[in-house]
Amino acid sequence: MCTSIIEIAHAEGMAKRGDEWFPLSQAVVAYDHARHAPLGDVITLDFINASLDPGARAGVELTLASAKALRAALDRAIAAAEFEEAEVRGKGAALAA
Amino acid sequence: MSFYRGMTCETVTITGGKGSPITAYVAKPAGPGPFPGVVLVHHMPGWSELYIETTRRFAHHGYLAICANLYERAGQGNPDDVAAKVRADGGIPDAQMVGDTAAAVTWMRAQPNHNGKVGLFGSCSGGRHALIYASQRKDVDACADLWGGRVVMAKEELNAKTPVAPIDMTKDLSCPLLGLFGNEDRAPSPEQVNQHEAELKAHGKAYEFHRYDGAGHGFFYWHRPIYRPEQAMDGWSKVFAFFGKHLAK
Repeated sequence: MCTSIIEIAHAEGMAKRGDEWFPLSQAVVAYDHARHAPLGDVITLDFINASLDPGARAGVELTLASAKALRAALDRAIAAAEFEEAEVRGKGAALAA
Repeated sequence: MSFYRGMTCETVTITGGKGSPITAYVAKPAGPGPFPGVVLVHHMPGWSELYIETTRRFAHHGYLAICANLYERAGQGNPDDVAAKVRADGGIPDAQMVGDTAAAVTWMRAQPNHNGKVGLFGSCSGGRHALIYASQRKDVDACADLWGGRVVMAKEELNAKTPVAPIDMTKDLSCPLLGLFGNEDRAPSPEQVNQHEAELKAHGKAYEFHRYDGAGHGFFYWHRPIYRPEQAMDGWSKVFAFFGKHLAK
């Protein structure tokens, strides 16, 4: 495939390349043919800083199934984090199922 | 001459669109020539090793060959990282690609041992780009589009960087077109290839399309699991026959 499936999100945080961490500007999600993974079409995640050199990049290529599992894990972690952030756990509230 | 032809390879700097310096890899066959020329338009993964090798492959077959780094403006680095940066920026504008490719064509036509004929070769986004170039300029003699996606585009896909769908440029296509496609590809899908072919017929354009069963996108890419050796070798024979016919003098 030769797709234009690209989603770009502003990202605040850091990512690692080699032994070095660098600040992020964007997280890029794409679906296209794999460049490295021995797979066909993949979900690609690129954590980059567009204001640095092109090597300021942490890239991942995942199968669609792995990407869905990652999305579910992110959703669970974010839900739990928001629960913590709301500071309701210590007040006796139960985590929603 | 021995069976295996020698060649000289180097990088050169050409003047791309808006006067921007662009690095290009060139491969020149040994011997006095005159040689036909091939301008390679690299794919979405960038100015990759595959394209550098393919540039040499054309020289081995007796063509002067040049492949410009269309992602030069994104900075220096591993081509894979540079391509990711370009992707994050929504790709390169079609107009910028035309300007940079024109510089490669100009370089080719200035070579003293060039025979005056230039073919374009591109795959994936490079196939689409080659087709756009051949539809907007009149200075190439043949164009090979290998599984270029987004030749057929929905209105909502058009934007400032890609303002016109290549299929809508068909009436202006200025040279014979070779198309190679895998029937298992989804972008371009066989239906989109049919649409493109119908448009070429409607405008009376010279073209030949070859469609391969058991192959999808990128079936020439020997380093990927999508490689299909049988279809790829047949496809290469089609490329050399097409260029042999249209670039001879």
